[in-house]
This record gives sequence, structure tokens and C-alpha cells, in this order.
Amino acid sequence: MSWKIWALKKSIWVYHVNVGACNNCDIEILELLTPRYDIERFGMVLVGSPRHADALVVTGICTHQAVPRLQEVYRQTAKPCVVFCIGTCANDRGIFKAGYGSPTPADEAIRAVDPRAIIAYVPGCPPKPEAMIAGVVKALAAL
Amino acid sequence: MREMGLALLVLFGATLATAVLGLITRFIDRKVTARVQWRVGPPWYQTFADILKLLGKETLVPGLAKGTLFLASPVLGFAATSVGATMLWSHALGLGFAFFGDIIVLVYVLTIPSLMLVLGPASSGSPYGAVGASREMKLLLGYELPFVLALAVALIHTGGSLRIEDIVAGQARHGAVIGSVSGVVAALVSLVCIQAKMGLVPFDMAEAETELMGGILVEYSGPPLAVILLTRAMLYAALPMLLVTVFLGGIDLRGLGIVWALLKYLAIVVLMVLMRNTNPRLRIDQAVRFFWGVLAPIALAAVALAAYGRARGIPWL
Repeated sequence: MSWKIWALKKSIWVYHVNVGACNNCDIEILELLTPRYDIERFGMVLVGSPRHADALVVTGICTHQAVPRLQEVYRQTAKPCVVFCIGTCANDRGIFKAGYGSPTPADEAIRAVDPRAIIAYVPGCPPKPEAMIAGVVKALAAL
Repeated sequence: MREMGLALLVLFGATLATAVLGLITRFIDRKVTARVQWRVGPPWYQTFADILKLLGKETLVPGLAKGTLFLASPVLGFAATSVGATMLWSHALGLGFAFFGDIIVLVYVLTIPSLMLVLGPASSGSPYGAVGASREMKLLLGYELPFVLALAVALIHTGGSLRIEDIVAGQARHGAVIGSVSGVVAALVSLVCIQAKMGLVPFDMAEAETELMGGILVEYSGPPLAVILLTRAMLYAALPMLLVTVFLGGIDLRGLGIVWALLKYLAIVVLMVLMRNTNPRLRIDQAVRFFWGVLAPIALAAVALAAYGRARGIPWL
């Protein structure tokens, strides 16, 4: 394992992209920062700019308007980076699958920019914080 | 030629020592913060892993940025911090690189990192960077005056010499500057000033993650960001060292002196961390008003008190 990969795994900085979520997943993500879960134990912190980020945490159905913005945020992120699709909406749009407002799932929008993007999926409505941590662990093991 | 080589060796060693000490201090800061918030906090190697990771990432330069200035300013800030730290270390190790007026040079050199954090973001082409840069500039104008006045108190107490060596020697003769009334006031004022110099809460309005999304840092990524964070960490080591040197009787690294030096250093760091954890962020106008309207008069009063005490021969004033 090279030093780059080791350091990346030990220090994941997260940028949170909401592309049309109902705020339920967002609250559960913030739960990860609280004393009960405290993901800073693993070196993960929330950052304010995609330029600093190693992981994009995408929540929501990816509305028609959000597609180009999500793609732009992905382009602005310094590579290598990982994308986490958190919640049923970001995975396969859930009950909004047939809706006219969400033509593209989040992962397809990102694959349109970078076909080799690393995307991890955490299903649930909303997923439990434990599930998110498990998802991160699995994604990092695949790096 | 040999002296040149020795100076370079000291510069390299001091930079490395300051970086390691600074990153450890940064870890202490994060760990204490986590404990204050009832969390567990990061492992000990966290700050080193952060820097390593950023060095391994991609460097992005925004299309609107003036690329040269944007990328050169973090490096210049880093260089200035190394020079300042080297002056402090060479004094602590008794290497005798002292010269007349080196305290002025030191204060001057330690402003350059802040200036570079104005220039770089201002050339990034991002409005968030521009707002952050303007706030950093105002903050710089705010804290420099009380900081210099507070240092003047120490100069008056130690006989008015502008050499770091003489300041420490004066304290060895008459007791540390902080053993007097004006010394305590000046030390507290300069503690608040270095808090602002490093952009820690309550003076992090230039960064302001919740409103400016990182402000001055917003467009930096990868290695340049690593250099900025390393510079910050080095300041976290160098500025408390400066305070120990000027107010707390200096750094003596011989024998038991190491323990003493470490204790003084840690006392200042813990005070800074607690200040950072118990205060909300000020607005920039509040901060400037605080520095010019409150701290500068207090520091001026301390200068007057120290001068009076010196003229009348009352050492505790």
C-alpha cells in the first residue's frame, strides 16, 4: 500500500452535496459528528469547499436543476475522491423513480462526467449512522 | 562558506522541528477540543496524515486565478514562517545568530504569512476568497498595534534592548516580565493577538466555514493547501515560543530547562485551545473595534505603567 493511499484512508475530508433531499439523510449525516458516533476518530471531518474534499456525500433524488451543479461540484473536487450516495433517493430515486423532476440518478450524473468514478451506495430512508460508517469502511477497503 | 552551510543546516533543522512540534500541537488542539465537546477525537498521527494526504492530491488552479501569485503566496508564507521559527530556535539553542533589532525583524517576518494569506486568496478569482482576504487584512491591521505595544512592555522591563538575547538575559536578572502587573496585562493582550494571528476562533472570520466556506482557503487544494496548513501548524509552535521567550523568561533547553520550557509552552497552548472552545466567532467590525478600542488602550496603559515603574524603580509595576 503506497503512502498516498494510506494517508487518504486515514484522513477523509467530506463535502456534503444536497441535490434535492428531504433533509432526513442530512440530519443523519450530522449525527455522525456528534459524541455518540464521532467520525473524527477515523480522521473524517466536514469541510466547506469541494476543493478540500476527498469524499462527496450526495443526498437526494438529483433533481433536473441539480444535475449540472452536481457535475460541476464533482469536477471541482481534487482527485482522487470517492462519492457516497447516501439514502434511497440518491441510490435509485426510490418512490420518485417515475417522477418528471428527477430524470437522472445521482450516480449516472457523476458517471457522465467521469466514467471511472468510485461510487459507494448506502441505502435506507434514512440510513442509520452505523450503516453509513459501514459503507465508508467498505468503500475504503476497495481503494 | 562554512558559516553559510551551518546557517542552512540550522534553517532546515529548525523548520523540521517547528513543523513536527506544530503538528503535535495541532493534534493536542484537536484532541482537547474533542474532549471539551465530549467526543473521543482523532488518533495521534492525524495531523501528519492530513498533510501527507494533501501532498498526494491533485493541484487545482481556478480558471479566473492569477496562477503564479496564487501558488507562490503559500510558499512565501511558509518560507517566512521558517525564518521566524529559525530565529527563535537558534536563540533557544544558544547558537549566537543574534543581531541588533532581531525582535523587530521577527515581528515583521511573522506578519508575512498573514499578508500572503491576503495576496493568494485575493488572486484566486473567487468572491469568497476575496471577502476572506479583505477580512484577513482588516484583522491584521487590528491586532498588530496592541501586539507591538504588548511587546514594548517587555522591552521596557528588560532594559530597552532590541535583541532577543538581551530580553531573555534581562529576565534572568530581574525575573520574568510576567512577574509584574504590566507584564501580566501585556502577556494577556499578546495572547489574544496571537489567537487572531493564527485565525483561531473567535477570530476565524477570514475562514468562517459556515458563511464563507473556508474563505481564504476556499480555492486551495492538494499540495498548496498542505503548505498553508503546515504554515499554520508551524505558527502554532512559533508564536507560543515567542510569548515564552518574551514574557515567561525564555526557552532554556539545557538539563531540566527542557521540562520548564515545555510546561510554559503547554500552558500557553492550553489557554489558546480553551479560548477557542469557549467563544463564538466575532464579526469583523466587532473584532477590529475590540482590538483598537479595548486592547490597544489596555496595552498602552500597560506601557505607561511599565515606564512609570521603571522610572521610579518599582519592579512589580
